Amino acid sequence: MELGTSTPGGYLLVLAILLPLAGIMLSFTLGGRNAERVALGSTPFGIVLACAIAFEVGQAGKPIVYTIGGLPPPLGIALRADGISAVMLVAAAVILAAAAFYARSKFATPDGVRESRSALTFWIMLQAIWAALIIIFVGGDLFNLYVALELLTFAAVPLVCIDGRPETLVAALRYLLFALFGSICYLLGVALFYGAHGTIDISLLAQRVQPTPVVWMAAALMTAGLLAKTALFPVHLWLPPAHANAPAAASAVLSGLVVKGSFFLTLRLWFFVLPALHTETAAVILGGLGSAAVIVGSVMALGQARLKLLVAYSTVAQIGYLFLVFPLASGGAQTWSAAGWSAGLMQVLAHAFAKAGMFLSAGVLAEALGHDRIGNLRGAARVLPLTFLTIALGGLSLMGLPPSGGFNAKWLMLQAAVASGQWFWTLPILVGGLLAAGYVYRILAPALSDGQVSLKVTPMRSQEVIALALTMAAIVLGFAPQAFLDFLEIGRPVTASSP
Amino acid sequence: MSVLPYLDVGLALLVVAVAAWTVAARALFASVVSYVAYGLLLAFVWIRLYAPDVALTEAAVGGGVTGVLLITAGKRLGALHDIGPDVRPGVGLKLLTGVLAALVAGALASVILLLPDPPPSLAPEASAAIDSAGAGLGNPITAVLMSYRSFDTMLEKIVLVLAVAGVWSMTADEAWGRAPSPFRRSRPYAPTIFLAQMLAPIGTLIGIHVFWTGANAPGGAFQGGALLAAIWIITMMARLAEPPRVDARWLRMALVAGPAVFLVNGLTGEFVAGSFFAYPPSVAKPIILFIEAFMVLSIAVALPMLVAGPSSEGSDQ
Repeated sequence: MELGTSTPGGYLLVLAILLPLAGIMLSFTLGGRNAERVALGSTPFGIVLACAIAFEVGQAGKPIVYTIGGLPPPLGIALRADGISAVMLVAAAVILAAAAFYARSKFATPDGVRESRSALTFWIMLQAIWAALIIIFVGGDLFNLYVALELLTFAAVPLVCIDGRPETLVAALRYLLFALFGSICYLLGVALFYGAHGTIDISLLAQRVQPTPVVWMAAALMTAGLLAKTALFPVHLWLPPAHANAPAAASAVLSGLVVKGSFFLTLRLWFFVLPALHTETAAVILGGLGSAAVIVGSVMALGQARLKLLVAYSTVAQIGYLFLVFPLASGGAQTWSAAGWSAGLMQVLAHAFAKAGMFLSAGVLAEALGHDRIGNLRGAARVLPLTFLTIALGGLSLMGLPPSGGFNAKWLMLQAAVASGQWFWTLPILVGGLLAAGYVYRILAPALSDGQVSLKVTPMRSQEVIALALTMAAIVLGFAPQAFLDFLEIGRPVTASSP
Repeated sequence: MSVLPYLDVGLALLVVAVAAWTVAARALFASVVSYVAYGLLLAFVWIRLYAPDVALTEAAVGGGVTGVLLITAGKRLGALHDIGPDVRPGVGLKLLTGVLAALVAGALASVILLLPDPPPSLAPEASAAIDSAGAGLGNPITAVLMSYRSFDTMLEKIVLVLAVAGVWSMTADEAWGRAPSPFRRSRPYAPTIFLAQMLAPIGTLIGIHVFWTGANAPGGAFQGGALLAAIWIITMMARLAEPPRVDARWLRMALVAGPAVFLVNGLTGEFVAGSFFAYPPSVAKPIILFIEAFMVLSIAVALPMLVAGPSSEGSDQ
């Protein structure tokens, strides 16, 4: 049982998790300005650890494993990092660090105050999101992952209402209710898995599951719960108000990373726990919901009057694309299935970077102009050239134009759809691209036209550069070599069923 | 012929009836009271299922702490005069919710009947390993919580810290740092004060006993901590003790003590026992009790802080 014993480099997984956990406790105890110092000071170490894990996974060519306490599953808990874990760890570390440095001005403790509510909350919750995401990416045990999901929820919800305005409280409460519904469903599913097979370790379950009614029920419950947390249509209603009302740095993390956490677990569930199930029907349902999300989210984005709401609805649409990975990568050992797999992960990464950059830009814009009404943006690109360059580059990736990670993702999706004979999935991809072009045009066209706009505040150059750097990462993904796509395949179970 | 099966059926029916009443009750307070009763009945169910550890936790948290939390929340809601238009869900939505809930419950019930009998379980393995990784603890539940799944246990304590931080994040900016004043509106009745004075010493003793005995018998850090928490809540309700300021250093340290000691121990495990979160076999039991003692402290402080809620502007310090 090779996945049940520690491998060289496995200890890095524990260190990566313990770093932000220690940061949370230090920030909470020391309080005041120290919370910010601890959070910012730990980001470089986090990035180094994530890169070290990616290096070890690449070197080994197979997942690296750590059994906590030297106690192997099923009684103990194993952590495992495969190709997709490693890539997500690096992406999360980079985006969280960027958001942290962007947020320094807004969440600094004011002079003359020992500690402020919003600063302390922000720096603690940011580190908690980081810790939760790391566990989600490397967790090998379904209950351990449940605890991580809880950590993620309790960290994300306070960020939504950190401004304390009534509408943010409403948005946060709605988010909390959806997320708790998701948690309960997920936990019920885990209990059923344990009841049926006596283990909740992912790799042990993969060997034991049979397509029985119990397993289907467990899968359905867990999927429903994860979808509610991922905000897939039709359970997306909480997302736009939550992501649009949070402060920019928080929105970037929530939209870029947090919803990807529960999506990542949906991938783990269907591709790593349940490869023994014949999942065509489930894959078609998930792909269908994804397609509907692409259309509905994009159309809603076209109608928004405020930039942040537009960007939030765009997230609803872009999440939809992610779920096309289920029909497009479920072919086991088929070659098109590898393309579908790469496409799904490429979409996760491209959207994470592009959307984080766009939310940060929307924050710069709202701060500089004093509003984010799209109707009043005429000529704004003249006063905020760098910010609109960022929005344009991010838009490029969202639309799926080359060269960008978004283009790569959609191109691979189209290839997989055609090669597998599932041509109908090309429709939402193409229509979604057109609609995305429409909503990006709605932002850029007035901004680039003539008009008089006065700045209320001079934008901070450092914030603009951070946002630009994130969207550049989404563009650079468009040049990802084949070796990168091969890396994503490390540890992916392909030997199982092929339809 | 034993009378127990009839009692079991009666208990099950009673649980369902109380649950239905919790949902159906019109008044918030009635609903909460019924919910507390539901939690206590559920504790009996766990006892009948031979799970005394779960029963203790359910009684302390489901019946006790959650009940106080809901009652104080209900009082706060009642104190709000202007909460805008009444936006109760329509009949259609209620019907849809009911049908969906019934469908899920029905499907769950039917698959539970399909589960293998006897169910696959790790319990024998955990009990058998009591002298190796079980660290010589007589209570396999504590062995699972503190050894096999120590990582989960530590994470859950951090979730508790985050929950407190999340509640505090609802404070008004001007009130930050002050003490919460959850029971400002009620003048304590003499019986409350008497009850608190009577219960405090006994409850503290029982709380510590439940923690200590958890190494070998049902009980443990969470149950003991929850009992101590209940005692602190009662003394605060009787105004025999006032809630502390949220920026008090000792309070913050007490809240993180459990997970922090756990984390440091987990780290040192790599050097003294060859693996993160492993214990050196010869001293495993004392180390586990040491960590648990700090967890008791954190739980005993975190739960009352959740009940006390955010600091309010009116409180003076």
